[in-house]
Amino acid sequence: MHSQDFFYQAMIYMLAAVVSVPVAKKLGLGSVLGYLLAGVVIGPFVFGLIGEEGSDVMHFAEFGVVMMLFLIGLELKPSLLWKLRKSIFGLGGMQVILTASIIGGIALVAFGVNLSQSVTIGLTLALSSTAIVLQSLAEKGLMKTRGGESAFTVLLFQDIAVIPILAILPLLAADVAHDISSGAVQHDAGVGSLAGWQQLLVIIGIVAAIILIGKFLARYIFRIIASTGMREIFTAAALLVVVAIAVAMNAVGLSPALGTFLAGVVLADNEYRHELETDIEPFKGLLLGLFFIAVGAGIDFNVLFESTWLILGLLFLLIVVKFGVLFGLGKIFGLKSGQEMLFSFSLAQGGEFAFVLISFSRQNAIYGDEIAGILLIVVALSMAITPLLLLLNDKVVQPIFEKTSNKMEEDKIDETENPVILAGFGRFGVIVGRYLKTCGISSTILDNNPENVQALRKFGFKVYYGDASRHDLLESAGIANAKVLILAIDEKEKSLEIVDFVKKKFPHVKIFTRAFDVRHMFALKDKNADYIRRESYDSSLELASHAVCELGFDHYQSHRALLSFKFHDKNIMDELFKLWKEDDKSYIKEAKRFSSELEKVFLAEREESIHESDMAWDSTTLREEIREIYAGIKEGNGKSE
Amino acid sequence: MKKHNKILILFAHPALHKSKTNSVLLRHISGIEGVKINKLYDLYPDFHIDIKREQQLLIEHDIIIWQHPFYWYSAPAIVKEWIDIVLQHNFAYGRKGNALVGKKMMNVLTSGGQRERYQPDGPNAYSINQLLAPFERTVKLCKMEYYPPFVVHGTHLLERSDIERFGEEYKKMLISLRDDLFDEADILQNEYMNDLISIDNA
Repeated sequence: MHSQDFFYQAMIYMLAAVVSVPVAKKLGLGSVLGYLLAGVVIGPFVFGLIGEEGSDVMHFAEFGVVMMLFLIGLELKPSLLWKLRKSIFGLGGMQVILTASIIGGIALVAFGVNLSQSVTIGLTLALSSTAIVLQSLAEKGLMKTRGGESAFTVLLFQDIAVIPILAILPLLAADVAHDISSGAVQHDAGVGSLAGWQQLLVIIGIVAAIILIGKFLARYIFRIIASTGMREIFTAAALLVVVAIAVAMNAVGLSPALGTFLAGVVLADNEYRHELETDIEPFKGLLLGLFFIAVGAGIDFNVLFESTWLILGLLFLLIVVKFGVLFGLGKIFGLKSGQEMLFSFSLAQGGEFAFVLISFSRQNAIYGDEIAGILLIVVALSMAITPLLLLLNDKVVQPIFEKTSNKMEEDKIDETENPVILAGFGRFGVIVGRYLKTCGISSTILDNNPENVQALRKFGFKVYYGDASRHDLLESAGIANAKVLILAIDEKEKSLEIVDFVKKKFPHVKIFTRAFDVRHMFALKDKNADYIRRESYDSSLELASHAVCELGFDHYQSHRALLSFKFHDKNIMDELFKLWKEDDKSYIKEAKRFSSELEKVFLAEREESIHESDMAWDSTTLREEIREIYAGIKEGNGKSE
Repeated sequence: MKKHNKILILFAHPALHKSKTNSVLLRHISGIEGVKINKLYDLYPDFHIDIKREQQLLIEHDIIIWQHPFYWYSAPAIVKEWIDIVLQHNFAYGRKGNALVGKKMMNVLTSGGQRERYQPDGPNAYSINQLLAPFERTVKLCKMEYYPPFVVHGTHLLERSDIERFGEEYKKMLISLRDDLFDEADILQNEYMNDLISIDNA
């Protein structure tokens, strides 16, 4: 392809996304539907701006699904995954087996296909679309509901199930002599020529390598990369992880999505987790968008127009059967008060793996072009209709449940999210972190010095590598659910910018921040930081108060002087802040302003007596009064005598 | 014409999160019109009491109450610090110290021991009122009237419902004081303010 062509294509895709997604979002339809419609519009059947290369694009864009599973893995600790095992294998297994049986049965009885065709079709259509479902659920914030979580476990099982399905299909093929390694399919098995047990060994070896490298080696590698201080290299490393695993998985005939998911889980408590998340996220988003566009563009309207009623009928049948099975299973597995509806609506479509399985089946001559064409369009349409079904669930079905039962099930609270985010873990933040720890408060700690991160991990702190001034990093660290943000970073401008951002976007979060000097403190105050402390203020005073003891002050006297000083300093600072705000800052040179402010501080100090509170223990006035009284008595006595 | 008194509560509990009684009492009296609650440990965790602010509050109120657990036959440390620092010569006492003349002060106490244990022939050898003598003297030296205490006895044995009842009584007492419903002679006759409320109830 000429680079000219490439840029033209890229322009069309991006333009379609940039125009259609905001519009779809504005209309409340969600981004997935926006991408799909964009695909239809630029596809061969409306404007024809993109041509036959649509399916190549789709293969490339499927990598978005791989990245998405990596990111999901990063969010899932192994312990959490273990808790979900029943749901994955019970619910997921039942869903695939039941749906495949019923669809296969209908195909066999009602449409007169042969047995191996019916099994293939059943298995193909039993799978749902990981990309569409997870993207839509995440966008609606439904991932952590019971229904959303159940949908996720089923999708996870389906991803695992693809492997044995791909192994079974050639056995069903009429032409048994067909060699699977010759197929130009994504899942072609590079080690297919090896004997079964050798193949198994290779697979176990690769999986073990992912776990061991992820667990023990990854943090050192990331640390070395991070210490170069070059962001793009870290991004490249993050992408490399995902791509390398996908390549390795393809080589042994496993699903790349499953491999990267595993890698994600292994890295879930790595200190570079948030950074990895932030780096991969935009690529995932774009690739998924591209994937949805390709799905939209791939809908063959010719076939649709030729046998409209057959296709619409099949589409309806597919959704009804899948919905019915899901609904029944949801009930059995204890989903209630609307969660079973969310679960059933979200998974009632065909998925991207169906595209793979359909072309694989055709290559294996299980069925011909006619059946393949019909299946493809039914799956594509069912995917396109999913956002609409979810919208229906949102606007019509869920409100019914909200009415009947006032209390909806509560969302599960993510155990990994802490009430405190501590940004900056250098000489200031460490003390804050230690103190929080002694108070039994757990915090999510962000620091962008790899050496710190490494050293502090040894002492049991949960420190994550990353630059806290990046908004997306703060978000993936859980700022939305935090109560308090402690800013202990040592860059003035960045801290101002973070306060600005957090106060605008997450006004419920209280910000406690370190300031460098008076001017920085005022600037922070101006941006409505909640509690500000000058970094050297308290230690300077402590030191001074001890020095004063050496010069003859009693310890308690000096301590009280320190407290009084702080009390008055606060008043003085409040006054100066008012002046600072009134000043036209542009006129006065910074340096000159600082010295004039210092002057004001000293002037104000001179006017106030620091030792006023000690007046209570000063008996001067009392002594005077009593002396006067005694003098009076003496005088009186003298007179009477 | 009914007089309305403004009431100031000087509340002192160094570990309110562990309190079983005072926190309930506090809840019952929160938000009553004309009653200001001044939490000393909250305001001055470093014991650096703002003298001017406290003196101003005293001037603005008619009835001032120390509310606290009865630690070591007395009040938690910050109450003593408050007395030492705020009640200055020539403000609260002395020839020129007339800022508080005619105001009333009293203690509201919670005590682990039962009432009968605080008797001259009981294990504690003195009555609550005898033990409160330093407070009484302080108040009277500042030319104020000292009212008998409101006491919650036997806190270790109280059930939740008993404490809630004390809370109600405390609230009732404050409202009656605020609205000047008691006769001062009546008040001064009683050993505890509690007795006045129960008479009222009967």
